[in-house]
Formats: sequence, structure tokens, C-alpha cells
Amino acid sequence: MRQLIVPVLEIEEIAKATYQLDLEIEKSLLAQIKPGQFIHIRVNQGSEFMLRRPISVADIDLSLNKLTVIFKVFGKGTDVLTHLKTGELIDLLIPLGNGYPIESIEMEHALLVGGGVGVPPLYYLAKSLVEKGIKVTTVIGFQTKDEIFYEKEFATLGEVFVTTDDGSYGTKGYVTDVLQHEELNFDYYFSCGPAPMLKAVKKYLHYFPGYISLEERMGCGIGACYACVVKSADGKDQKKICTDGPVFNATEVMI
Amino acid sequence: MNLSVKLPGLNLKNPIMPASGCFSFGKEYSQFYDLSKLGAVVIKAATLNERLGNPTPRVAETYSGMLNAIGLQNPGVERIIDQELPYLKNYDVPIVANIAGSSVEEYEQVARAFQRTDGIAAVELNISCPNVKEGGLQFGTNPDVAAEVTRRVKAASNVPVYVKLTPNVTNVVEIAQAVEQAGADGLTMINSLTGMQIDLQNRRPLLANKVGGLTGPAIKPVAIRMVYQVYQAVKIPIIGVGGIMTAEDVLEFLLAGASAVQVGTANFQNPMICPELIEQLPACLAKYGFKSVEEAIGKGHHSE
Repeated sequence: MRQLIVPVLEIEEIAKATYQLDLEIEKSLLAQIKPGQFIHIRVNQGSEFMLRRPISVADIDLSLNKLTVIFKVFGKGTDVLTHLKTGELIDLLIPLGNGYPIESIEMEHALLVGGGVGVPPLYYLAKSLVEKGIKVTTVIGFQTKDEIFYEKEFATLGEVFVTTDDGSYGTKGYVTDVLQHEELNFDYYFSCGPAPMLKAVKKYLHYFPGYISLEERMGCGIGACYACVVKSADGKDQKKICTDGPVFNATEVMI
Repeated sequence: MNLSVKLPGLNLKNPIMPASGCFSFGKEYSQFYDLSKLGAVVIKAATLNERLGNPTPRVAETYSGMLNAIGLQNPGVERIIDQELPYLKNYDVPIVANIAGSSVEEYEQVARAFQRTDGIAAVELNISCPNVKEGGLQFGTNPDVAAEVTRRVKAASNVPVYVKLTPNVTNVVEIAQAVEQAGADGLTMINSLTGMQIDLQNRRPLLANKVGGLTGPAIKPVAIRMVYQVYQAVKIPIIGVGGIMTAEDVLEFLLAGASAVQVGTANFQNPMICPELIEQLPACLAKYGFKSVEEAIGKGHHSE
């Protein structure tokens, strides 16, 4: 993990209040990053924003020295980030956390389930899985049609199901409605999204081994402040989401 | 330039140390720099038994600051001594053990437990904790209770004791004098200010604990004021803490009467803040006409 000052390559609004930010980072560092890891971005100089913003890695392009993250505007800090310009420098801690342990898992077909801003890390995961010859089926959920992103990108990697809460696109309802009504073949699942969604996915897929990525308000991002924690499954211990996670075996934590 | 400061139990090469709770037990920040550069390391608060802390969310950002309600999560004093302190012994830096408790007896037991290690240069007594036996009233808000816990911890310690004062009181001078009389070797001030943020979407306090401690630059003027007032009323040294971001902030605390400072929230924004401040301090002191750190201490006070 390192602190780096890197230039912005491009920033683009790809869906409603959802931005794709491409950063230029040296190849040797990018090559070490695992799907599911995150970066911790300093919003700007000065004292207005004392906390960094943790954002998952959405894609890496080694040939272009490019790291992509996708974030949604939730408040003033993320709004400031949308005004970044090409060439502007930003301060990162990179890479943070543990990713999805795909190197150590034997599987043929993976099911990826994502919701909202939990979708981006699944894209780099899907690409990495396909590169290893593993089949990928993706189920992604959004609140409404305007918020959908990366459907086409996922479609190049395998079958994709899209849901919207209001039914304005794809299946009306939640990602779990797809899990319920479609006959999906897979041997592992990987999920990222808001806690209620993860809870529902974990419950619905409890016969299958799987990994989930948790989000929580973070402080330092490196394990020193104990802000982002989750109870272990037996309730006897706290795990740090930033350093023990953000990816956990679904049976490891209490959600 | 001479940045060193000599305080009870603490021979500081410079006046910069991370504040308790913002630095865990040091290992994380040692990925960024050599901890031997620091004046001292103040470890996360130790309680007698392991504490799992509060539910999440535990932090919220505010204007130039943040709220936290971690809830003293720590593995308990014995595991801290056995599993956390050995790593810090690799560095040439004094270690200050911050101790907390929910009864006077617990504070005493934690202080006594630290006697079995020679790795501690001083104890910092966190009296901002609620006293469970006295209906949750903070130890640090009543001069008699603050004095009592200071006396008992002093008797149970074999190293100097610094008492970390809470700002959530009407008269901080009265508390400072009470703990000085009870034998405190120094003061750390200030701890966080009690605050709250309400989430508009959910229409409820954002932190699971509802209230949290406000820290960061937002509280610096309060800290400066309290250090200034207490400096005039006590003889023991003060370690200043509250919102330090720059070398100028460090100097401001020195002028107010602090002999050294702690840096907390700024570590989260910039993990290199402590070594950067150490590097920038000489030029800042020189700019304002000082030849050493010691020369600047208390120089904001004038008899009128």
C-alpha cells in the first residue's frame, strides 16, 4: 500500500449522478491490484474534508496505465470530485483491503450479484474471471433506468440480468427476484452492494459458497481507527472492513 | 534547530506525537514512515478486558472535522502488552499508554497491569469515559471524581501520569487544578467535544451511538483557549491536542502554553502528517523568531 499523487486522465458522468474516473498509474503497481480492492481518495487540499473517500477499483488497463473507479455523488465531498479536470493531480492510498480470492478458488462458473455502487468492483472481477477461463453470469440491480451503467460491458463477458426497483428497465424488483426466477448455474457467488441487498443475497444463496464485499463509513482506511467494523459470524470478534475485508467469505461475518 | 523537549518520563526529540485512538498501536503508520521520527507514540486506549466497541456507523465527516463513536474497541490490556507493544519496541520512540475504564477500580487495574512491562514511558489517563457506577457521568466532568481517579492511578503506576482532560465542562481550570493537586505529572488537552449529526434522508442521528466526539480543525480554537487558560493556573506541563494540521498550528499551541502536541484526525487525511510537521517546524519557529521549541512554550502570555 502506498500514498501516490496521480493525474486524472478523464472523468465522465456515465449514469445519473454516477461518474467514471480514470487515473494514470504506473503499470507495476496496477499489476498487483486484485479485484475487490479499493483506493482511498483525498477530496482536496485544505481542511474542509478531513476524511478520504474509499472507492472500489472498477477496472484496470495495463496497456494504458489506467485505473478506473466509478462513484456516485452522495454529498459535498463526492460532488467536489466530479469537478476534477483532466491532468489535475489527486492524492490516493492504493491499493487497500483484500480482494476476492479468485486465485485460490477452483470453479467453472461464477455468479456475480451487484447493486448500485456495488456494481463497479464486479466488473474488474468479471474480467479477471473470464481471463482465467471461468464462465460468468451477472445480476445487477439499480433503483431506476437512469442509474444503470456497464450493462453492455458485462454483456461482453457473459450473460447479464438487470433489475430496477421501479421496473423502468429489465426485471422489476430486486436482484433476488432474478435469483429466484431464473435457472442459474454456478458454483460460487460474489456479491457487492448495500447491506440489505447483501443480507438478502446471502440468505437466498446460503447453499452456495460465496464472497461478499461490505461497505461502511471509513476513517483512515488502513486499520488504525476502528471506524469500519463488522462482527464475526460468532459475534465474538470485530473484523475491520478496510484491512480484513472489504471482501469476506459470506459465512465469516454477521450481516 | 533544537526541537527536543524534556517532560516527566518523556525525553522527546521533537514535540510531535500521534493522538491516542488515531494511530492504533503504530503498525499501520509504520508502512508510511519510520516511527522513530516521532516525539512519542500514544497508543489506543486500553481497558481491562477486551471491548468490541459501538455499532456502526462510527464516524461522520463534519465541516473541517469529524465525529467518532468507536466505543473504546481494544483487545484488553494483557493482549496489548503481549501482542502490540513488542512491535513498537523495534523503534527508538517513547510509548505513552492511554488507559480507560468504567470504574475507578478498572483504571487502577489497567495501570497496574502496565507495571509488568518496561516498554511504557508514561501513562495517559483518559477521564472522558462514563463512570458506570455513578450513572454514566464522565469522570472528567467533576473535579473530585477526576482527582480521585488520578490519585488512584498515580499510586498504581510506576511511570509519570498525564491526565487527558475533557472539554465538555463549564470550568476546565477547576478540573486541571484538581488533578494537579491529586498528583498528575502533566495534562493532555483537549479530548473531543460532544456532538451530533442528523441524517436528513433517514431523519435520525447518523452515528449509531447518536452522539460522538467532534475532532479536527473545527475544535482548534476551543483547544487553544483551554490550553491558554489552564497554562496560567497550573505548574505541570501541558500536551496540546485539537485540530492540528500545520506547523503554524503547532506553534500556536506552544504559544498558548503547550510543551508538546498530539496530532489526531489529520492522520486520516494525510498519513504522513506527523513527519511532515516535524520537518516543517524548524522553519516555522525561525520565521516567528524562535531558536528552539522550548523557547516558544507559553510565549503567547503577557502580563498586562
